Amino acid sequence: MTKDQIRETVLRVLGQIAPEADLSQMKSDLRIRDQLDIDSMDLLNWVIGLHKELNVDIPEADYPKLATLGGCIDYLAARRELQ
Amino acid sequence: MAEFPMPQLGADMSAGKLLRWRKAAGDHVQRGDIIADVETDKADIEIEVFTTGVIEKFLVQPGERVPVGTVLAVIREEGKPLTAEELRIMTTAAREPIPAIPEAPAPSIAPTAIRPAVGEARLHISPAARKLAADLGIDPASLAGTGPGGRITLEDVQRAAQAKAAQPAAEVTLDRPARMRQAIAAAMARSKREIPHYYLSTTIDMSRAMAWLTQENLKRTVEDRLVYGVLLLKAVALALRDAPEINSIWAGGKATPVHDIHVGVAISLRGGGLVAPALHNTDRQSLGDLMKSFRDLVQRARAGSLRSSELGDPTITVTSLGEQGVESVFGIIYPPQVALVGFGKVVERPWSVEGQVVSRPLITATLSADHRVSDGHRGGLFLAAVDRKLQEPEKL
Repeated sequence: MTKDQIRETVLRVLGQIAPEADLSQMKSDLRIRDQLDIDSMDLLNWVIGLHKELNVDIPEADYPKLATLGGCIDYLAARRELQ
Repeated sequence: MAEFPMPQLGADMSAGKLLRWRKAAGDHVQRGDIIADVETDKADIEIEVFTTGVIEKFLVQPGERVPVGTVLAVIREEGKPLTAEELRIMTTAAREPIPAIPEAPAPSIAPTAIRPAVGEARLHISPAARKLAADLGIDPASLAGTGPGGRITLEDVQRAAQAKAAQPAAEVTLDRPARMRQAIAAAMARSKREIPHYYLSTTIDMSRAMAWLTQENLKRTVEDRLVYGVLLLKAVALALRDAPEINSIWAGGKATPVHDIHVGVAISLRGGGLVAPALHNTDRQSLGDLMKSFRDLVQRARAGSLRSSELGDPTITVTSLGEQGVESVFGIIYPPQVALVGFGKVVERPWSVEGQVVSRPLITATLSADHRVSDGHRGGLFLAAVDRKLQEPEKL
């Protein structure tokens, strides 16, 4: 899976969590939580969604690595390689 | 025979619009079955039935907006044949609001709307008023007379007609967020008007709870992981077992302790507004079950598919504004509840432990409580109990 495909999946799952958000305006290097009105429950549902869609195990200690869109894509790509 | 009324789903609801029936006349229903969908100012709600029996008749059709308490359907309870009197009432049955909470005003509904159930045959109404009512399409049985001896007068009919005319207009011009704002405004203004609030605050050391949670989540799959908010909810619920005057409902001029503990959780909605549906039997659910219920509730609240019992049952509300970065919140009690617990964000701060200043994750817990029902001393004991529960997270 390419990074573009991962990006597409990440945004699609995010769209399910925050359907009102305009994801095309998302900046890769800014914190997702500063760009979207999401809370910890949304974040948890997003991680669960990523786990299901990408079949990647995401330890809780790694949640900070998902903070920005760019960081999230890099992290998920690396985790998929590892597994 | 049981009457199935438009339920009061919180103090901020005065009327509801029936969207659709989920059952047909003649269908057998069981207590807890979803029987209808109703639109309120806040959300579309799945309405559960609290009787087991057979639906005899629907009295309100989809699309109609009626005040809280209006009989929507008649259900024949199991093993109970209809009496002649019940049959008579059914055939003449009118839209008769029964206030679910007697002291709750219904701000946007005609003031004529509240009266005890009575059949058409017993109506005390002048012939002129009866004729005017028929001409204007007003059901006289839905009116409370203000004339001598409760007689329904021409003025009563005219007032009802004006209210009826005003209602659809309001519905057309106000969208859901605007109506939700109005509903919240009415409930909160009523709360501040009627409830003498007192406020308490305490700082709780969360280091044990957070350390336990980190270890616990290592053992759990992604789907089963807990958020610390669930520990707070469970701690509040367990502390309520010893504080019946905090877990009470104010009705009829007095507080009644509620045996079951249904913590309402304030959930902000996308686009503004909030709802505070109940996590039923919060004190008796395991943390894992509570987490599942909580996740499900948040998702359904935001998707607009809550159930009537979830909105009608909370015995206390917990609000957490920590996500928004605030350290403490002193909330307004949601009638007919008599208390609200608030939590701020967890902050890392200096804290004195056995004479040493150390860095600890701290949270500010607050209590807004009704001084008619409890005193600061009891409220303080309750907050102290919440703190103690959080110091033993493994027992939650």
